[in-house]
Amino acid sequence: MSKRTLVGVLTAVSVLAMASIAFAAEDGAVKAAGLWVFFGIAIACGIGIGMAALGTGIGMGNAINGALQGTARNPEAGGKIMTTMIIGLALIESLCIYALVICFILVFKIPDLGGMHELIVKSLGG
Amino acid sequence: MEHPIFFIDAILSALGVEHAGSYSHVTYTWLTMLILIVSALFLARKVKLVPEKGQNFFEVVIDGLESFMVDITGPEGRFFFPFVATVFLFILVSNLIGLIPGCFSPTANLNTTLALALCTFVLTHAIGIRYHGVKYIKHFCGPVWWLIPLMLPIELIGHLARIMSLSVRLFGNIFGKEMVLAILFGLAGLYLAPLPIMFLGILVCFIQALVFMLLSIMYFVGAMEHAH
Repeated sequence: MSKRTLVGVLTAVSVLAMASIAFAAEDGAVKAAGLWVFFGIAIACGIGIGMAALGTGIGMGNAINGALQGTARNPEAGGKIMTTMIIGLALIESLCIYALVICFILVFKIPDLGGMHELIVKSLGG
Repeated sequence: MEHPIFFIDAILSALGVEHAGSYSHVTYTWLTMLILIVSALFLARKVKLVPEKGQNFFEVVIDGLESFMVDITGPEGRFFFPFVATVFLFILVSNLIGLIPGCFSPTANLNTTLALALCTFVLTHAIGIRYHGVKYIKHFCGPVWWLIPLMLPIELIGHLARIMSLSVRLFGNIFGKEMVLAILFGLAGLYLAPLPIMFLGILVCFIQALVFMLLSIMYFVGAMEHAH
């Protein structure tokens, strides 16, 4: 694979490796306190909205592709085509908004840094 | 993130009303109603044959909405134009007042958008029953009679999902815009970072009002037309 891809993959792997080292230090007590739930929620929010945005981007790209080709073939119909395209984009975007609302619901369940610090210290017996 | 300060809630708290901060979507709905009713009364008082400035603006808006609607429904769909135009203007003004610092969009709360979606849902089925009577059930059954056990639950769930999709689409767009504005303001407010998002927000406000109105029109047309 190309050099850029190789560098990207190595970066991702090293970040994940460092994260697992951080988890292993407080593994037993933190797991017992149920704090893994918050780590899971945070990862789920990020991955969820990222995948929703991926599908939305592809769908919107197809929609604009069709609109541009139609306008290029028939410039006089440009106004109607653009109106239909804007409405179509709003409907496609609403699917991403559904995922965003779920992420909002989840994100507000994570305690902030101060609250998380207290929970971790309490779980380690301090 | 600090709790935002809203003008009307601050005024009401100063007047001694309890819990003024917990129903800001209701108080700002009153503000939206005030804007719409006052502008309508003010401009409809002296209606001239050759329109002046304010009347001209509203004539352009209403005429544009009506021709947009009649393009989709045909002439027999004119009777629900008041509802559709009211929904459009209410959602547009509600979305836009959220861009004013110190004001809150009522549509950024799921209660308001759910109420609007329920109005559309009830009117869809009322139109269907008025036009078709008991035979309105045929809209929910498939093309052939032996597919009814499959098609009826799917159609019912599809109709109920319309409520959720209408309300969550509007709520998510407007609340997401407010959330992004709040975060950007907290991060870099002094460098005027929220301004580009506010420009995008004006576009989103128009498009979401238009999409809600368009989907309502399409649901009404679907209820009025003959079954498969």
